[in-house]
Amino acid sequence: MQPSSSSAQAPSRANLAGWLYVSPLVLVLVPFFVAPILVVLAASFFATDGFGGLTPGFTLASYIEVLHSALTLKLYLATIKFTVLTWVFTLIIGFFVAYFLVFHVRNQLLAIGLFLLCTVPFWTSNIIRMISWIPLLGKEGLINQALLAMGVIHQPLEVLLFSDLAVVIAYVHQLTIFMIVPIFNSMARIDKKLIEAAIDAGASRFDIMRLIVVPMSKSGIALGTIFVVSIVMGDFFVVKVMSGGGSASVVSAFYEDVGVLQYPTAAASAVLLTLVLVAIVALILRTVDIRQEITR
Amino acid sequence: MKNDRGDIELAGVCKSFDGITNVVDGVNLRIADGAYCCFIGPSGCGKTTILRMIAGHEDPTAGEIIIGGQNVVGLAPVQRRTAMMFQSYALFPHLTVRENIAFALRVRGQSKTDRLRAADAMIEKVRLTQFADRLPAQLSGGQQQRVALARAAITEPRVLLLDEPLSALDEQLRVQMRQELRRMQQELGITFIHVTHTQLEAIALADLVVVMEQGKIKQAGAARDVYAHPHDRYVAEFMGGQNVLSGRVEKVNGASFTLAQVAPDGIEVPLQARPTVSVGDKVDIAVRRDDVALVRPGRDLPPGYTNSLPSRVLAIEYQGYFVKVMLDTVPDDEFVAYVPEKTFFADPFTVGDVVMATWATGSALPLA
Repeated sequence: MQPSSSSAQAPSRANLAGWLYVSPLVLVLVPFFVAPILVVLAASFFATDGFGGLTPGFTLASYIEVLHSALTLKLYLATIKFTVLTWVFTLIIGFFVAYFLVFHVRNQLLAIGLFLLCTVPFWTSNIIRMISWIPLLGKEGLINQALLAMGVIHQPLEVLLFSDLAVVIAYVHQLTIFMIVPIFNSMARIDKKLIEAAIDAGASRFDIMRLIVVPMSKSGIALGTIFVVSIVMGDFFVVKVMSGGGSASVVSAFYEDVGVLQYPTAAASAVLLTLVLVAIVALILRTVDIRQEITR
Repeated sequence: MKNDRGDIELAGVCKSFDGITNVVDGVNLRIADGAYCCFIGPSGCGKTTILRMIAGHEDPTAGEIIIGGQNVVGLAPVQRRTAMMFQSYALFPHLTVRENIAFALRVRGQSKTDRLRAADAMIEKVRLTQFADRLPAQLSGGQQQRVALARAAITEPRVLLLDEPLSALDEQLRVQMRQELRRMQQELGITFIHVTHTQLEAIALADLVVVMEQGKIKQAGAARDVYAHPHDRYVAEFMGGQNVLSGRVEKVNGASFTLAQVAPDGIEVPLQARPTVSVGDKVDIAVRRDDVALVRPGRDLPPGYTNSLPSRVLAIEYQGYFVKVMLDTVPDDEFVAYVPEKTFFADPFTVGDVVMATWATGSALPLA
């Protein structure tokens, strides 16, 4: 290290440059992320007159109400069920799609083409994507008709649409791409020579996947998991539409609260959910070093 | 039917990636069990492809690869009992040194205690004991190379294949690791096949040097043979250390012939291994750079030095124990004399001096 006697103001200038670099992000994040969160946080401590009027102050009444409600636990269990099921299926599908694209498609142009194909569902809106399931899963839908025609069933399956199954199907349909992209990314960085070296050592295809590919895609899996978990836990729309109102999630419950002007309890639920999500993300980051993925 | 013989025979081996051009074009070669064999040639000459075909990472388009008397084409590397050490090593970055070395035993289903014991023994052999728990990224280039070597050697292969093993190292380390490779080869007593593009590396290590060009073997033989007795102009120029001159045969006189065009008086060249030449043939000859003596014009030539060509000094490079003097002796080709340091500085030349480049008749070697 060379002691720089040239100027004492050099570090402060470097500081200024640093601040300038982050300023665009700060300008976006503060009004659109930090401020709303603070508003929600403040509202969760306010009292309400029950008709939408808020009384500034500090009371834990909303939190006590939320935490004491037996419904809260039920909602969290329902949400976690959806989250875990969606996570498992998106992970399995996402992993194998990425694996296929990276290791089995020799032609790079073809791989990019297939990769873009995965994004096709995103060319249309979420609502249309969900509605599209109705002709397939509905009572008169293709699947029921096919099963009836084959004689496998004698009356239409009701469980296909407007059920928990339909919710999970819609989530998996929407979110698998969020698994594919980061896993594809980390797999694409695996040097093909490592695979060859493993083959040279006598590793089977399964050994290679288990001992080389999975451990080296860990950061991609973790990133995808964060995307999927936070989207599912923060969603109410898919649950509402695909369950036909039969199921609820944490967010759909406080959406109802907002509908009946119970802002402080809605805010308290939101803060609680945020904390739970932060804890889950922190847990994921503790298990997998994602920095490695970002800095590499 | 365990067979520990690591002798290799390549018979008419061809490889084409596009179906049109042969990257490896009809290679025939026999490598003795326990030999250290170096394939050498410029990039794209097919040497790495041959290595990968012997390793089982590439299938030949035609021909047979026989290891220990058994045709191994189509067999997996494990069945061939070969092991490869990859260029830039391909160490598993998420595994420690010990786990990297034990990897092959792990996928062979050896128990954890057994494989870690074997790995530790191997780690000791390559002197990495204190680094056993580190990740590859925490090691220096030389240490990584030793891990790669240990990882390849742990399966007790009968043939170890090394793809430019020293190219990622700096000069000093390269010389050091070169010796280590040779030591390991002798310790393991197995066949090593080593691909390189560095002439010095090949002749320093190999029992058998194989010079390649455009998918064909140009010359295969002991290091000294290839260096001192190159078959043709390509090998002579590629291996270095030789001046190559060409001219037409003017006169054939028994065991020698006279080459015209290079010098006014012609050059006397012994026939040596070359069967016959006839007057008018265009012939290349090689003269070792360290066989050329430089004498100031008018002075007596050393006894036995019959050929002499007047030349001008173009450049001088000090190389330590010798001095490299570049001359304009022949119009189109490089002509260089390696003069021992002490001889040179007894009467140093400077650029532009006129000198006689002279050598004994016996030093000239006709090329094919």
